[in-house]
Amino acid sequence: MSALQPSELDRPALARGRPAAGADPGTASAALRRAEFGDRLRSLALAAPLLLLLALSFGIPIVLLLSRAVYDPTIADALPRTSVALAGWNGQGLPADAAFTALAADLSESQAKGTAYELAKALNARLPGARSQVLKTVRQLEGAAGKSPLEIMKAVPFWSAPATWPTIANGTHAITSFYLLSALDLRWNADGGIERVPPEQAIFLQVFLRTFFVAAAVTIATLLLGFPLAYLIASVPKGLAAILIVAVLLPFWTSILVRTAAWTVLLQKFGLVNDLLLWLGFASERLDLMYSRIGLIIAMTHIQLPFTLLPIYSVMRTIAPSQMKAAYSLGAKPFTAFRRVYLPQVFPGVMAGCLLTFILCLGYYITPALIGGASDQLISNFIANYVNVELNWEMAAALSFILLVFTLALFGIFARILGLERLKMV
Amino acid sequence: MLLSPYPTPGERIRVALLWLWCGLVILFLLVPILIPVPLSFNSGAFFVFPLEGLSTRWYEVVLGTQRWQSAIGNSLIVAFGTTLIATTLGTLTAIALSNEKFPGRRIVMPLLLSPLIVPVVITAVGSYLFYARIGLASTYTGIILAHTALASPFVVVTVGASLTGFDRNLMRAAAISGAKPLAAFFRVMLPLILPGVLSGAAFAFVTSFDEVVVVQFLASAGQRTMPLEMFIGLREKLSPAITAAATLMMALSIVLLVVANLLARRGQGRRAASG
Repeated sequence: MSALQPSELDRPALARGRPAAGADPGTASAALRRAEFGDRLRSLALAAPLLLLLALSFGIPIVLLLSRAVYDPTIADALPRTSVALAGWNGQGLPADAAFTALAADLSESQAKGTAYELAKALNARLPGARSQVLKTVRQLEGAAGKSPLEIMKAVPFWSAPATWPTIANGTHAITSFYLLSALDLRWNADGGIERVPPEQAIFLQVFLRTFFVAAAVTIATLLLGFPLAYLIASVPKGLAAILIVAVLLPFWTSILVRTAAWTVLLQKFGLVNDLLLWLGFASERLDLMYSRIGLIIAMTHIQLPFTLLPIYSVMRTIAPSQMKAAYSLGAKPFTAFRRVYLPQVFPGVMAGCLLTFILCLGYYITPALIGGASDQLISNFIANYVNVELNWEMAAALSFILLVFTLALFGIFARILGLERLKMV
Repeated sequence: MLLSPYPTPGERIRVALLWLWCGLVILFLLVPILIPVPLSFNSGAFFVFPLEGLSTRWYEVVLGTQRWQSAIGNSLIVAFGTTLIATTLGTLTAIALSNEKFPGRRIVMPLLLSPLIVPVVITAVGSYLFYARIGLASTYTGIILAHTALASPFVVVTVGASLTGFDRNLMRAAAISGAKPLAAFFRVMLPLILPGVLSGAAFAFVTSFDEVVVVQFLASAGQRTMPLEMFIGLREKLSPAITAAATLMMALSIVLLVVANLLARRGQGRRAASG
């Protein structure tokens, strides 16, 4: 009877294949292994549809996007002859005339195939201003009356400018580090080293720093607001705690867009926040809170507050009040008891809440787009802008790459140190 | 436990300050989400208190004009599609993961949760890039697939929680009694974990219904959803119709999520009762 019970079968000694006393060593353990194998296979098959769907709708899209950051065959595809002609070039000065002739032939062909605009755009992404020069040269090559392609190329100063040929030579390698370096305001210099781009071209480092600054400010603000409230909710009687927790959950359950919309109403020049500031005497005139950094931080703090508070609260409510009583009875002052007994235990919850809020803030898009001004746009807004306005997928991909590395690194720390179960809210 | 047994006056002051601070924090939490509600019933076209008068004219705009009606219709199509797929596949996956012998459980779980962590713009831009190649851009299918990735983690987690209280011996008993696996699932397991499944479904619905970034990249002009219509409206010109739409959306998410949480709690209550 007992031999039939599953718990007996699940015994690790059997699972490892060690035969039980008296059993036929071959058949029993083999049958068990087969059964376990089938069990595993079945559970894998149950999970397979969702895993496949996620690979299709989430995994492949992201890998494809990231690959655009390092793989850009547009220039290499459009300039096959030039690639060959540049193979032996040392990168110094101008290449031999053969390279000019090859480029002219490639340009004419790309015009004939209708890919000239793509090429012009790809070169322009690496060398601002290249687009118009490429298109101009292509037109001249097309209507060349008696002039040789080489003469036309030499007549356009752009093709003899110092930066042009190194850029073309770089572009003929389909695998490129150009965009990833650009996303960090870096570039290759003529000596093959990496250097900072000139200050007037630097954009992204500042945007990353801004994103980190806003994320840190919001994290600190949510902790200052959330920790005391979590402590209060964990300390009051159950009924009152339930009412207070609803006050936290109602905004939590309202979508980010709706809450952002509410803040656009509140932060108007004649909105409620300005009314309040005037009435309290904190401001002598109405402030421009919309399209400002401070307005953005206030709105993001409101949206993120429950994310910081709930993990803290879920730890606090597991701490038995008797511990603090014990500390008091042993003579600890309230502050000492709080610092030495309470705080070390809630620390993982504080870490979880703060890290979660920080991670989520790095990816904010909606709120900066609607409440931030031009100088408050975060890295996600730049990614969207490169896709929607500039049509520069490579740059969008490179910025995504770096943002994702930061996000996943922090998520990895979270999962490693704090455990995924801390992601659970309430 | 706010006060020690023999509180000093200083301690009383500290506790009073704690209450005061928390009162302000609660105002900060609640006032912003409640503000659009009275404004949506304002008869005037401005966002200033006191209200000019009560009217439902902005709700008539949202529920009566073709632009908003089509947006609400699109939102419902996408949200129902997402809920159906995410709940079905998420439940199956949660069942698979509840088996300790599931290979690579420690790797699969972070992967399943990663759509919640990856910045949504990256998901949206990636889907836009990939779906354009395979002909899924500007289709409901494409939007629903992308939303399923965002919504399914909630289903896996909620159903997973209700499964921790499920006694697997019941399935063995059903098998011994002659039930085929499918029959055992529908007649034994599903009724017991149903609160968790429905709660996961409600989370999935709200996730999809509220989502705006993926839709912004994937939807054609005719597929604008309610949040996208709101987003566009907020960028162009602030109209009180937006406060009406916001109030409707807020009401829907809050009602659904209250139900979801009551169901989840009921599932856990059952677990406490059975365990």
